[in-house]
Amino acid sequence: MKILIIIPAYNEASRIGEVVRNVRETVPGYDILVVNDGSRDETSHAAKSAGAMVVSHPFNLGYGVAIQTGYKYALAKGYDFLVQMDGDGQHDPACIRDLLAPVLAGETDFCLGSRFLGLESYAPSLARKVGMAFFRWLVSSLIKTSITDSTSGFQAFNRRVIRYFTTEVFPCDYPDADMLITLHRAGFRILEVPVRMHASATGKSMHAGWRPLYYMFKMLLSIFVTLLRKRQE
Amino acid sequence: MPLQQQIFALIVSALVFVIVIDMVRKRRLREEYSVLWLLTSVLMFVLVFRYEWLVALTDLIGAGLPTTTLFLSSIIFLMLLSVQFCIKISQLTDQVKNLSQENALMKREIESLIENPPIEQQEKP
Repeated sequence: MKILIIIPAYNEASRIGEVVRNVRETVPGYDILVVNDGSRDETSHAAKSAGAMVVSHPFNLGYGVAIQTGYKYALAKGYDFLVQMDGDGQHDPACIRDLLAPVLAGETDFCLGSRFLGLESYAPSLARKVGMAFFRWLVSSLIKTSITDSTSGFQAFNRRVIRYFTTEVFPCDYPDADMLITLHRAGFRILEVPVRMHASATGKSMHAGWRPLYYMFKMLLSIFVTLLRKRQE
Repeated sequence: MPLQQQIFALIVSALVFVIVIDMVRKRRLREEYSVLWLLTSVLMFVLVFRYEWLVALTDLIGAGLPTTTLFLSSIIFLMLLSVQFCIKISQLTDQVKNLSQENALMKREIESLIENPPIEQQEKP
């Protein structure tokens, strides 16, 4: 049984080494792949010297593309399970086992780590809270499962999902709420478990400046067209 | 239609037609993008000699003046063109994404082959 942990990273040289070391200490024996998304700093070197395998994009392609590169690697190398976490130290490696357990046990195909299910995590800003609440309601009612943290990038899933995500159906810009709906409509089982998340040290986020507006628009459109598409089994 | 206008429209449509054909000949413009341009220049050419068609079209769409119809069609033409570009750009973005991913994975594969060469090659000096 092969398990791969993928960590997408963009200009994370200062933190990626520590993240990789933490993961190695917490879950020794799992392979770690850092997807360096065209960083202009020493991210690749830092990750390698911490003991991770590194795949480097020739230029910056975005978070969604980076994780998909990881999925393609996992598929090509025959991994059975995959855990995905952020490279900025937000996600607590101690939760990897909790995240993997239901997938390994075959209880679910896709396990999402939620910061809102009990374990003490940082509190997001008010604007983000409102946006999150809206998408939480929308996603939960669409897929008929309670989802509290649809934007979470802390996930674990099995080979069937890996294979599914390497196809063109995977939404490469901001893959979260619409990805869950696509998964649900394709017949995969989705489960949420509590995880611990820390606030990002530099406060650098994918959702800054004007991006939240674009994010809202893109996500609504994407969810809408996902619903228009035919179900794929 | 005044003679001046006719001559001007003829020159423009002929120029567009010849330039587009020449670009395709020199392979600087792909055939798929030339279609819209050629159609437009042919349409302009026809309308110069069949001015009554333009008038009929103007009546049909309820515009006041034939010039309005011309402006409207040129705007529609430009819109179609940019939609065509957007579709192509979306396709290209997807292809670039897939290529870069493959490139990244292959680079990783080569690196790992260099680090751990297959056994039969290790034995050679």
